[in-house]
Amino acid sequence: MPAKASRAAFGEALLELGATDDRIVTVDADLSKSTMTAAFARTYPDRAFNLGIAESNMLGIGAGLALTGKIPFVCSFACFVVGRFETIRISVAYTNANVKIVGTHAGIAIGEDGYSQMGLEDIACIRALPNVPVIQPADELETRQAVAWAVEHQGPVYLRLTRQSLEPVCPPGYRFRLGRWLVLRPGTDVTLIGTGGTVFNCLEAATRLAADGVSAEVVDAACIKPLDEELLLASAGKTGHVVTAEDHSIAGGLGGAVAEALAEALPTPMRRLGVQGFGESGDAKGLYAKHGLDPAGIAGGVRKLLGR
Amino acid sequence: MADARLEAIARECRVQIIRMLTHAGSGHPGGSLSVIDLLVALYFGRLRHDPKRPDWPERDRVVLSKGHAVPALYTVMAEAGYFPVEELITLRKLGSPLQGHPDRTALPGIEAATGSLGQGLSISLGLALGLRMRRSPARVYCILGDGEIQEGQVWEAAMAAPKLGLPGHGLDNLSVILDYNRIQLDGFVAKILDLEPVLAKWQAFGWTVLEIDGHDFDQVQKALDQAEATTGPVIVVAHTVKGKGVSFMENDPEWHGKAPKPAEAIRALRDILGVPEAAWSDHLARHPAQRAIVDELAALDKQ
Ligand SMILES: Cc1ncc(C[n+]2csc(CCOP(=O)(O)OP(=O)(O)O)c2C)c(N)n1
Ligand SMILES: [Mg+2]
Repeated sequence: MPAKASRAAFGEALLELGATDDRIVTVDADLSKSTMTAAFARTYPDRAFNLGIAESNMLGIGAGLALTGKIPFVCSFACFVVGRFETIRISVAYTNANVKIVGTHAGIAIGEDGYSQMGLEDIACIRALPNVPVIQPADELETRQAVAWAVEHQGPVYLRLTRQSLEPVCPPGYRFRLGRWLVLRPGTDVTLIGTGGTVFNCLEAATRLAADGVSAEVVDAACIKPLDEELLLASAGKTGHVVTAEDHSIAGGLGGAVAEALAEALPTPMRRLGVQGFGESGDAKGLYAKHGLDPAGIAGGVRKLLGR
Repeated sequence: MADARLEAIARECRVQIIRMLTHAGSGHPGGSLSVIDLLVALYFGRLRHDPKRPDWPERDRVVLSKGHAVPALYTVMAEAGYFPVEELITLRKLGSPLQGHPDRTALPGIEAATGSLGQGLSISLGLALGLRMRRSPARVYCILGDGEIQEGQVWEAAMAAPKLGLPGHGLDNLSVILDYNRIQLDGFVAKILDLEPVLAKWQAFGWTVLEIDGHDFDQVQKALDQAEATTGPVIVVAHTVKGKGVSFMENDPEWHGKAPKPAEAIRALRDILGVPEAAWSDHLARHPAQRAIVDELAALDKQ
């Protein structure tokens, strides 16, 4: 499979699933060209609602639709949709409405538009809600799997998607399961956990590290909530070192979740790689280098933790 | 009526908008070109400000609530002397103070972070209120997009504005301008979520509403004079053309959020300067500064 943005894979998956499941509807806020629901809207105009630039209303209408048996995919940039956190908190989560919240344009990888358009705190926010799984697929296959899973799952879901293309990382035949991670490359010295756009860079970093004799076990954590504690503890127990890499604020994201789990169950030396401070405008490559999320930066983070 | 000085400045700003967006390779030409005349009218016809002292406490404030049009704001700021015009082409580059959307902490003279639509009017109310409380003569100008006013927060602010201010005096130091170009991101406003009757909506919320052609400097100035003389909040509904000045961008939703390629940019410059294709090379020979920009853009194409 060629590289593909997870938002594009999402748009295609939704279009296909919509053909056989007429409970699926889309709810947008003037970003359907960017969230990639535009094709669904063209094909099923009666099941697509573009409510203008009004994300709170979009979420509320999505919740109402869900309470009548529809399966609404409520879509915007991650920053704008999760920006309406209190509406998510009450109308979606507390109501336990079967709403699939889709936040695209995750992280600094969007580049030039700058901080105001970057989803950087969304994982932290949604993770604090008791009943909303947080899912960030790493490639096209995993995105298709996650979308199909979300349709079947009863209850709210948060899907975090990228604007940028993602190289394929999951093996053919891979199946997404809630709370299950995937070891992409076995290793013995350090557990290197990525999610979404950083997974491929973790694999690249592992190749670099291998050249220096460091064996990294690379894990794709598509499910940030709930974590795969079983896999985490088994891998951390084996390697004795954990590094997380995510295109999200260093606070409260995957790294925070992993640290919380390890601190209670198996205190393990660890290092979190993520975005420090506000994001900013720039080319994605330069930003990843600045924040240590490119292969060299991730490998550097691992070396620092291991002291070599 | 034409104001030759402002028209010339606006033309230069349009050239720079196209130039900087092409260098950046991304950004929002449509809404920058629809709002530029309004910004030129403000920065070169009205504002009490000092580009050398952007933190002067008594300065008038401009809040560009539709923050994605910030290239237009950067060009007027550069032309007014806040920073060198040559810095414009650092737009959206790593480390530049010219962020893709306004960043108050990155560039002196930016009054508020915007870019998440719907927040600027509330901030403007707070600014106007605070300035009024300390009896500052400063005014606040807030520019909204038409798609933007679909945001609920705008209407919370709209409802609050007539109630704010000193007892019996209202908030008379705020002028709001709506850039009514009838296009948002996904398409035409009337198709996505129609605002009409937009004048009646603001009136019903207690605002004085004025209606003008947002590309006619005379009408802009008169409306802003009238706003200043009015007690209570005023909104100027400025009818504009998205992409104004570049024939192939005008009224086309496709040009909301993509930068021109170098060849397109050069065509755009010719449109803005109003030079027929046959006269173009002669024109450039007589205008070395414009020629330099065209050469620079042509060189981008080769990269
Ligand atoms: C809260 C929020 N939602 C979505 C966006 C994405 N977005 C950027 S510009 C835009 C359309 C704006 O339309 P309008 O206000 O009419 O601006 P203009 O036509 O002047 O460019 C959208 C939806 C945003 N910036 N903020
Ligand atoms: Mg508009």
